[in-house]
Amino acid sequence: MSTHAITVTLNGEERTGEVEARLLLVHFIRDHLRATGTHIGCDTTSCGACTIMLDGLPVKSCTLFAVQANGCAIKTVEGLATNGEVHPIQEGFMECHGLQCGFCTPGMMLAALGLLERNPNPTAEEIRWGISGNLCRCTGYQNIVKSVQYAAAKMAAGGK
Amino acid sequence: MIPGSFEYHTPSSISDAVALLQQYGEEAKILSGGHSLVPMMKLRIAEPEHIVDINGIAGLDYIKEEGGVLKIGALVRESDLEHSDLIASKFPIIADAAKLIADPLVRNRATVAGNLAHGDPANDHPAVMLALGAEVVLTGGSGERVVPISEFFVDLLETALKPDEILTEVRIPMPPANSGGAYFKIERRVGDFAIIAVAAQVTLDASGNCASAGIGLTNSGPTPIKVTAAEAYLAGKALDDATLSEAGNLAEAASDPTSDTRAPAEYKKAMVKQMTIRALRRAAERAKGGN
Repeated sequence: MSTHAITVTLNGEERTGEVEARLLLVHFIRDHLRATGTHIGCDTTSCGACTIMLDGLPVKSCTLFAVQANGCAIKTVEGLATNGEVHPIQEGFMECHGLQCGFCTPGMMLAALGLLERNPNPTAEEIRWGISGNLCRCTGYQNIVKSVQYAAAKMAAGGK
Repeated sequence: MIPGSFEYHTPSSISDAVALLQQYGEEAKILSGGHSLVPMMKLRIAEPEHIVDINGIAGLDYIKEEGGVLKIGALVRESDLEHSDLIASKFPIIADAAKLIADPLVRNRATVAGNLAHGDPANDHPAVMLALGAEVVLTGGSGERVVPISEFFVDLLETALKPDEILTEVRIPMPPANSGGAYFKIERRVGDFAIIAVAAQVTLDASGNCASAGIGLTNSGPTPIKVTAAEAYLAGKALDDATLSEAGNLAEAASDPTSDTRAPAEYKKAMVKQMTIRALRRAAERAKGGN
């Protein structure tokens, strides 16, 4: 089978790869680009641990082929902080104890970013629907909702 | 899980995509949202030798009203429906369903056309489109043909699509005044497939009686089911409790669910009746201008 030369912009940096068509995007990000903050949980489009932003929308990178991302902008958890300053969403998870084991956290934060970019002032219920594609087995979600509310307030106040 | 190997094609037009389908026939699969196909490929339930990715074809992501018909292009994502004012104002039945399909991340990729073309009775749009009396446009080597959705679902995971055809557009008649619809879905957890679900669309006449009704069932048999007996029964009737209950009985009788890990068949049939009643009641409320 032939391979494909692809170029993506990962967190603002242009990266290239030579990939088989069947290579999943999450494996390209983790194994080829060595950005291992994006996790693989269920590998069945259920848990959301592999959530990334693809051209500005949060998606599950276990259910896309890397070739489909050719020419696209990808944001992963490594791209949330800028100039050493954590993103308000990261700050929210720190301040509100929005994680315990941390496995779901990168995907959870990117889903939250996708939500807040479309709806900057969500209700608690809207946050729960917004993260309904991301499973957390530690927190019971309460503190994640608080973390996203913290981030929304901080971002509205001009924190980012 | 690693899918089998395949050749990857990126046509830039529908005609190029159809040419690829003509060339490779049954060995080729269309990739749009990919959220049914890719999981099946990872499980090696599907092992297509050729993937025809239509995501690069421009101009297929429209939701527009034209000549009294709502037209939804092949690359409209579920999330596009959620954020469409036209859908929110004229098609609450679609808005109900769209927000219950999988989860927000999946909905950023998954397409309406793919949800239909997959032919899975557990998918949500088939029942909705049956209730709305939609048509699908199938484009292939011999041109376009328009197929009523009621003739589209042939068997489990089998549709009227020929190997060289692509579902390029969904057409839905714009509802007349005093119309409303609703989708009621029972699911074990958010984002799951339905245990069962019912789509109902009604139009009321000047006296408030039912002028016409459309009812579709999700995951209640080997194909999506249009409950024609209840549709015929409701025409001209006042939608009182006894009438709704009888419509529920007719929907239950039309359903043919199997017992599985989600629920026993008896429960599913009982819920078809109850959700039919509730969906019709909500649809009638909306037809009168409520939410």
